[in-house]
Amino acid sequence: MNGFVSPHLEYSLLWPIFVVFGVACVGILVEAFAPRERRYATQVALTLIGLVIALVRVIIIGVDVTPRTVAEGALVVDGPGVFLWGVILVVAIAGVLLFAERQLDTGVSAFAGQAAALPGTAAERTAAQQGLDHTEVYPLLLFAVGGMMLFPVAGDLLMLFVALEVLSLPLYLLVGLARRRRLLSQEAALKYFLLGAFSSGFFIYGISLVYGYAGTMDLAGIGDVVQHGGANHGLLIAGMGLMAVGLLFKVGAVPFHSWTPDVYQGAPTAVTAWMSAATKVAAFGALLRLFVVAFGHDRLTWQPVMGAVAIATMLFGAAIAVVQTDVKRMLAYSAIAHTGFLLTGMIGFTAGDGDGTDATHAILFYLLAYSVATIGAFALVSVVRDSNGEATDFGKWTGLGKRSPLVAGLFTLFLFSMAGLPLTGGFIGKWEVFTVALRAGYWPVVVVAIAASIVSVFFYVRFVLLLFFTQAQKEVVTGGEGTTTAVVAVPAWGSIVVIGACALATVLLGVVPDPVLQLIENAGSFIR
Amino acid sequence: MIATLCLVPLIGALCSALVGRRSDMAARQVAIAFALATLAVAIVATFRFDRSGSGFQETYSVDWISRIGVHLALGLDGMALLLILLTAALVPIVMLTALRSHTYGWFAWALALTSFALVVFSATDLFLFYVFFEATLIPAYFMIGGHGGPQRSFAALKFLMYQLGGGLVLLGGVIGFYAVQPDSPSYLLTDLQHADIGTVAGRWIFVAFFIGFAVKAPLFPFHTWLADTSESATPQTSVLLVCVLDKIGTFGMLRFCLGLLPEASAWATPVVVALCLISIVYGAFLAIGQDDLLRLIGLTSLSHFGFIALGIFVLTPTGGGSAEGASGAIIYMVNHGVATAAMFLVAAYLIERKGSASIRAIRGVERSAPVLAGLLLVAGLATAGLPGLSQFVSEILVIIGAFAYHWWVGAIAVTAVVLAAIYVLWMYQRTMTGPPDPVSVGGAATADLTRTEVAIVAPLMIALVLFGFYPAPLLDLANPVIAAVTR
Repeated sequence: MNGFVSPHLEYSLLWPIFVVFGVACVGILVEAFAPRERRYATQVALTLIGLVIALVRVIIIGVDVTPRTVAEGALVVDGPGVFLWGVILVVAIAGVLLFAERQLDTGVSAFAGQAAALPGTAAERTAAQQGLDHTEVYPLLLFAVGGMMLFPVAGDLLMLFVALEVLSLPLYLLVGLARRRRLLSQEAALKYFLLGAFSSGFFIYGISLVYGYAGTMDLAGIGDVVQHGGANHGLLIAGMGLMAVGLLFKVGAVPFHSWTPDVYQGAPTAVTAWMSAATKVAAFGALLRLFVVAFGHDRLTWQPVMGAVAIATMLFGAAIAVVQTDVKRMLAYSAIAHTGFLLTGMIGFTAGDGDGTDATHAILFYLLAYSVATIGAFALVSVVRDSNGEATDFGKWTGLGKRSPLVAGLFTLFLFSMAGLPLTGGFIGKWEVFTVALRAGYWPVVVVAIAASIVSVFFYVRFVLLLFFTQAQKEVVTGGEGTTTAVVAVPAWGSIVVIGACALATVLLGVVPDPVLQLIENAGSFIR
Repeated sequence: MIATLCLVPLIGALCSALVGRRSDMAARQVAIAFALATLAVAIVATFRFDRSGSGFQETYSVDWISRIGVHLALGLDGMALLLILLTAALVPIVMLTALRSHTYGWFAWALALTSFALVVFSATDLFLFYVFFEATLIPAYFMIGGHGGPQRSFAALKFLMYQLGGGLVLLGGVIGFYAVQPDSPSYLLTDLQHADIGTVAGRWIFVAFFIGFAVKAPLFPFHTWLADTSESATPQTSVLLVCVLDKIGTFGMLRFCLGLLPEASAWATPVVVALCLISIVYGAFLAIGQDDLLRLIGLTSLSHFGFIALGIFVLTPTGGGSAEGASGAIIYMVNHGVATAAMFLVAAYLIERKGSASIRAIRGVERSAPVLAGLLLVAGLATAGLPGLSQFVSEILVIIGAFAYHWWVGAIAVTAVVLAAIYVLWMYQRTMTGPPDPVSVGGAATADLTRTEVAIVAPLMIALVLFGFYPAPLLDLANPVIAAVTR
């Protein structure tokens, strides 16, 4: 017996993750020991400081990153991984600033006063009167961020699964914490949880099959076995398929998308803004690493399937978005369409050197461009309100351009970026993913992608029309209440900073994309 | 020089938008001042342009997105210069007629549109061209949606959907150009000319390009947005759309389809010529049947764009290789711009007075407003291609080119001349001649044009006559371009 050998951990590379998890634990202690009135300020400050420190460290790591496996092969630190860390942390900082918004709704946050109080009961009213606030959302966000950081750098299958669960569980909770329309929010959380748990089941079953095929949990090791051809190819195909189900569920690809509209609509808008960007970034990172590193040599099996999923996702998302009448649901279906465009980049795997580098770069850029646009758009959704809180019905947005040209103009900018109009980040992103797919020879997918883009342009542009050129419905004069149109509430500085930064980034990514493209280029590829 | 030219209107747009928050009228005047400044810069550029030189002049090039081989590359050749002059000259005139009826927002968007259009015409990098090609749609969208008839919001949506749809198809071609260059891709025109594009890939790229440009220009069957847009937008907006923006379509056909994909262009010529002929004849018939004056003018342009595209495609080897036709097409772009602008703006005066654009509702204007009627007739006859007015020269050159391809192509094209006479003269007869209608819209006699109003459109009328008798300056600029394309 040699006794217990302690694992060797590269703390210098891993401490951004430790900081995030550590601050999350401290946040729990704050909940337990700090007096209620001080919790909000403490939590916001603590979370922001933790995230900024982690981000600074990630930048320092990123300046000169030597790709290597760490933590006994459980994690991999390489260029794309570090880039994704950076994006996840930036998105998380934006998320915290949006979570901290308390100016829109008479001094309380968008989260339920007491989640345990049943909707419509006396307990709920008491909680509301006391101005209670769930400040646990900040540690929950940090735990999710920790999971998201682990997800795209996981070096073996078990770590991948652990990261998936760590990022998912806090999200299920956060979705159900809306202060307004609580039943909708709780329903969304339940749906998300049930479907998510189900897809995790698929995922872990897939892991077991892949392990059975390759005899190793290590992604690079699996890659070797796949390259040289294992004993039972059927096992690999089934395993890949089941794992893909779990990951495609997270990114919201058809046919695993059905949670997306309900969750995006039901969740507090700040949560929607953050998770629509962050989960997509983390999950696409993991999807890429898994299929590039582990299954890259068997691409002929999965590429056509991914292509079919991409086509279905783009067409379905774009087509169903056309008939929506709720802003959040429209953006949710547009998010599904964007998943399809990202998958288009994914099947561009064989472009360039054929090792997935070009596809990775295209997707990284697209993720960044999409993230800033979607966060900005959802942040703006939260400031357009009527007497019942956020006004998400199309009718309420009619003629907003006349009443608040700034908000309508910025919203238009974000929609144009999602539509892929030139001089916005979305255009360069679309150009990148279409190019790699075409270079890989998958021109039918590109043709469908262009068709889906045209359809999606339709609903974005129609909404812009509604903002600027449609006359607002006549306001019903019933003692000042029950007006049919929404007004713009002035948010706190945090939201303003987020919206401004997103708008600036959207324009910069479209007008001077070169520095970011260069950065992604320098990030290189996933190590095998 | 050329960067200044593109920047002046953009700065003007920003200034005008800022001033507009204080004073609407002052912002409009600021916009006009910047439009005139743009014209001045364009004139200076014209004088510096060496007409005997070949290739692009005044070139300006810096890396923009170096990773994907995109440059901010601008340059002038004869065709670019002609279209830039047309744009720079039309914008102040249009703005002067719009001074009282449009808000400052329209003026700011119009200047932004000008700036983007100038970049499009002078771009010598395909990606840059595409980016600004699409960017022009945003100002156009807000201009259509912001001012005009009751159906304008529908028209703006239809316009943008058609244009963006065409644009995205074009994007497929732009991406295709990148995908066929395996190493160190570049979007510079000079590099693309030497790129080794396979026959099949070249033809697919051509199809994408042609659809994109045919929506823009527009040609049958992509024209249906044109009628709705010109009916619902204000005539001033329509001038900028039809006389400036739509030229990008035919401009692109010559510069990119023929210039970069000669083999595919020759391959497609028979189909394209058929579409052109349908556009020419069908557009004229549609125009004859219209009751809305603005719709009528819009649809005459369908016929004219058919002529321009026909002139361009008879340049290909399978099309007979007629340089006359192509030179004619280039100066047609300018002459059509001037004549149609004149038509739209005089019609705008008329509609302003009568409060209706319906041909049935307007009658007997000639007696009370002879100057207005006279100018409408001159503009209309120019559109119809009357000898002595500028459009005749270009039309006859295109028809010569068409005959060089096939006698029956020329013969079909010639019928449009007759049809054009019908739609112009019949419209004139119904609205201008006869006894004034006592119960017509607007009540009493129509007031004639004031001196200011005449002075604003006078430059257009002078240009119509001048280039009708002396087209040499235009042809001098156009001919080297054709020589460069066929080389």
